[in-house]
Amino acid sequence: MTSQMPTPDGRPPRRSLLPLAAIGLIALGGAAAFAWAAGWIGSSGRLTSQRFVDTIEATGADHPGFRRAHSKGVCVSGSFQGTAEGVALSSARAFSQAAVPVLGRMSIGGGDPHGADAAARVRSMALLIRTDDGQQWRMAMNSFPFFGAPTLEAFLEQTRAGIPDPATGKPDPAKMAAFLARYPQARRFQAWAESARWSDSWANTAYNGVHTFHFINTNGERQPVRWSMRPQAPFVEMDKAKREQASADYLAEELDRRLATGPLRWDMVVTLPDAGDALDDPSQPWPETRRQVTVGTLSFEQAQPQATGPCRDVNFDPLILPTGIAASDDPILAARSGVYAQSFFRREREIASGKASDATDQEASP
Amino acid sequence: MNSRPPAHFNLLARVLHWSMAVLILTMLFVGVTMVASLTLRPMLIELHRPIGIAILLLALLRLGNRLTHRPPPLPADLPAIQKSAARASHWVLYALMLSMPLIGWGMLSAGGYPIVMFGSVSLPAILPHSPTLFALLRGAHGLLAYLLFATVLLHLSAALYHAWVRRDGVFASMARGPGRDANR
Repeated sequence: MTSQMPTPDGRPPRRSLLPLAAIGLIALGGAAAFAWAAGWIGSSGRLTSQRFVDTIEATGADHPGFRRAHSKGVCVSGSFQGTAEGVALSSARAFSQAAVPVLGRMSIGGGDPHGADAAARVRSMALLIRTDDGQQWRMAMNSFPFFGAPTLEAFLEQTRAGIPDPATGKPDPAKMAAFLARYPQARRFQAWAESARWSDSWANTAYNGVHTFHFINTNGERQPVRWSMRPQAPFVEMDKAKREQASADYLAEELDRRLATGPLRWDMVVTLPDAGDALDDPSQPWPETRRQVTVGTLSFEQAQPQATGPCRDVNFDPLILPTGIAASDDPILAARSGVYAQSFFRREREIASGKASDATDQEASP
Repeated sequence: MNSRPPAHFNLLARVLHWSMAVLILTMLFVGVTMVASLTLRPMLIELHRPIGIAILLLALLRLGNRLTHRPPPLPADLPAIQKSAARASHWVLYALMLSMPLIGWGMLSAGGYPIVMFGSVSLPAILPHSPTLFALLRGAHGLLAYLLFATVLLHLSAALYHAWVRRDGVFASMARGPGRDANR
């Protein structure tokens, strides 16, 4: 076999650049398609997970090794005990297994790992439930009853409005005002932030999943739900004067004092929507009158510092769900998964490279 | 014993080659899209894990077949540098086909993630939960994906060069079997 076959009419082959050009175009086209899929080329500023985390990072100073949002927190551990009502709604093992071990994290909103606990409007609870069938259920819940932005674009706009102006070092109030003017959901959220009473403890605060999920039972029936953790500890208000006097680590210290006297408990309550209630928009709260079902009890028995505790290297991705629980089509819920993954990679890389002595409680190498 | 070298890859090699070509290209695009996309990630990551394990199993089968079946030789008149490049790129492709799924599996293990295949079926962790291992493997998984894509493009370009420019039977040795090779 020769490298240049004669052409059918017997003449020597014509040297053509056409095949080489075609090969070049195919390779280039493949590379371009790959670059487009990766978000490197194409519509500039296309919203990717990386750009979203970049935007969140731009709202505050660098804190290597810490979560980009809800940076300050403590690890907690305890157990979850499901109810028969939970078993009826979902086949997830968490509801039928007796006392499932739980790893959790209590945190405050914002990106400053040294912020004052009592001054943070938003408090959060994240959970990792690991059942004996080898499955995991991770949750990320907040003290607000609904989300402040109806869409991903709105959420990004809100995040961008929080980036400090280089001239003043503070966010431009005009940008936040423009965001609020555009979105009634954001104004409703602001009204909540201004009027809702502050509790004096992580332990007597309610935490809401905000997004809609689907519970699927053993018969395959799907039930949309939104879940909340309702504290068994009675609510005690903390007024402005008390918040201003509180120490920077007030919530963590208060939690330790409570745990020294016994476990802290929350009832897990799911709300069932009526026809017409928004399923894919976390900024639309469901009316208080909707049917509610207690599906379990959460108990925390111990707390550990985040820097050395078991929750530090966990990504509380709310889309890590066991069989029996499925996500809704809420685009903000989907986006959280990608943004959390990107944030997790960045902080784990900082920890791995020894640049995060503050986040890991290690002495920085000289 | 047939001592004459085969002119074509055996049927299993060809079936594995073309099905894995589809799977690997799909995986590379699913991978970069899923890491960037804010809305498609949940759906794509559910595809990415089982396809990755399928590629690992097929690559093991393929390696076994490759080691027990003599491949057709490259044309004698192919310049030595092109022969070396062809051999090197094939071993790079084999190394990446086998290591990428293992790195992905190890990375999820080290990140403390459940390694869900489908429904309630999960794989066990193959590494301890560790930020150092996770960061290393997550970084490697991304970089090696770019290397794999570049090697695939190079491999494709070389295959088309054999098919359209040299017309030396190299492309045909993978594209079809000896049954219709009437000219030999």
